[in-house]
Amino acid sequence: MSSANPWLSWDYVQQHWPELLAAGREHLGITVAAVGLACAAAVPLALLARRVPRLTGAIVGMSGVLYTIPSLALISALWPVFGLTPLTVVIALAIYALLVIVRAILVGLAGVPDETVDSALGMGLSDQQLLWQVQAPLALPSVLAGLRIATVSTVGMVTVGALVGYGGYGTMILAGLNENFYHAKIATATICAIVLAIALDALLLLAERRATPWTRGR
Amino acid sequence: MTEPAAISLRDVAKTYPDGTVAVHALSFDVPKGRIAALVGPSGCGKTTTMRMINRLIEPTSGQIRINGEDIMAADPVQLRRSVGYVIQQVGLFPHRTIGENVATVCALTGWTPQRTAARVDEMLDLVGLDPSVYRDRFPHQLSGGQRQRVGVARALAADPPVVLMDEPFGAVDPVARDRLQEQFLALQRQLGTTVVLVTHDIEEAVRLGDRLAVMREGGFLEQYAEPGTVLRDPASPFVADFVGADRTIKRLALTPIDLAALAPVDPDAAGLPTIPADARMREALIVLLESPTGRAVVLAEGAPVGTLTLADVHRGMLSEEPAA
Repeated sequence: MSSANPWLSWDYVQQHWPELLAAGREHLGITVAAVGLACAAAVPLALLARRVPRLTGAIVGMSGVLYTIPSLALISALWPVFGLTPLTVVIALAIYALLVIVRAILVGLAGVPDETVDSALGMGLSDQQLLWQVQAPLALPSVLAGLRIATVSTVGMVTVGALVGYGGYGTMILAGLNENFYHAKIATATICAIVLAIALDALLLLAERRATPWTRGR
Repeated sequence: MTEPAAISLRDVAKTYPDGTVAVHALSFDVPKGRIAALVGPSGCGKTTTMRMINRLIEPTSGQIRINGEDIMAADPVQLRRSVGYVIQQVGLFPHRTIGENVATVCALTGWTPQRTAARVDEMLDLVGLDPSVYRDRFPHQLSGGQRQRVGVARALAADPPVVLMDEPFGAVDPVARDRLQEQFLALQRQLGTTVVLVTHDIEEAVRLGDRLAVMREGGFLEQYAEPGTVLRDPASPFVADFVGADRTIKRLALTPIDLAALAPVDPDAAGLPTIPADARMREALIVLLESPTGRAVVLAEGAPVGTLTLADVHRGMLSEEPAA
């Protein structure tokens, strides 16, 4: 049986190249959209917490509660609202990424040394200048580290989108299961998803390194 | 005190919403081009007092004027750009080069790049850091003492008439501190900057301050006077205790030699040690104590002008008005 239904098959890759590519595009697209949406929501929330520190607990707490909702349940809940569309998956995954990114921004801002903030204000930087010229660049490494974690975990979770037909490689894995355990299809799609995660991780790691040129070299 | 006041505090107080009084109503004037040293133990409100001058802390009552203008009438951000600011931890921007750090206020106030670049190099030179070596380095590549110099250069770069300094030389070793203090004093005299300096160290306050504001725990100003006056006539037991039992010894460092009271040059002065006429009593005393006869020749521009004895030092300390 195993010879007829191998896990790893180069023939499979060659014959299904267009399908793998299309699934990859969908997978990447949903990942980028979800993380992008999460950032778009996280930045204003984090800035709100910066302005009104009392809200920090509530914002992190709320994101934390959302994070605990099982992914299948969340997609099932969003499905009636947004239908069988990629949007359902994107919103669900953005909700998971939100907590990680909000926390990363808050940790980054908290990591800016007090004396740096004090001297910046003492020299006459306005609040916005303090934020964009001092706090944001110094928080960037932490933010990018959070973005990395959010991105890698999102790549993994996109597969759940197969439930509504938009799961990138997840859709292929689910199809493989339904096609009498089509081993090559399942394994190839899985490996592709892992490779995608590693590639994005490496890309963001590079960005993280480049974001702090001042810490290197004499 | 006839000199015009660059900074004037009138009944300035700070009470926090929970009722804690950080600073009780206090008043003092800092003459233009002078250094006022706020000195006292921790919790005496010296830093709070300083931070009210650039409105990092808003006074609850009273009035602060800088060159006659009420600071509460100014926009706080604009006010701070015209007041230099140095803190113990320096707070350089780690992501910006030394040159960019020094240029901070110049950039905020719209100097041209050429003028800023020239000023940055000039300031680095003034604090003893070769611009061609240090301009493009990042703060983490400098030693603590070098960073403090950069902090001073950054505060003075845009030529603020007034500078606030909180323990500016606190984070360096004693040898480097002596040198930094000396350089800073020369720089301040050259630029004519008015300075409010916060320190817990009475030695530093006496060395740098033209005026001493001695503060007590709870935010009370105990005495505001020239250092010599504080050392000779402490206003309260607290001040006497704070300046130390050796306050007379400290005062030696401030007291000049009274050239008019010197005995004529001995005919047998040949073997005696010498003292420059502009020396303070502290240096003179050391020379006298090491002199076998207890006498020394005072030299003005290389020529002997009189003989100094231990009795002169004693008389000087009893009668001498404090040095300006």
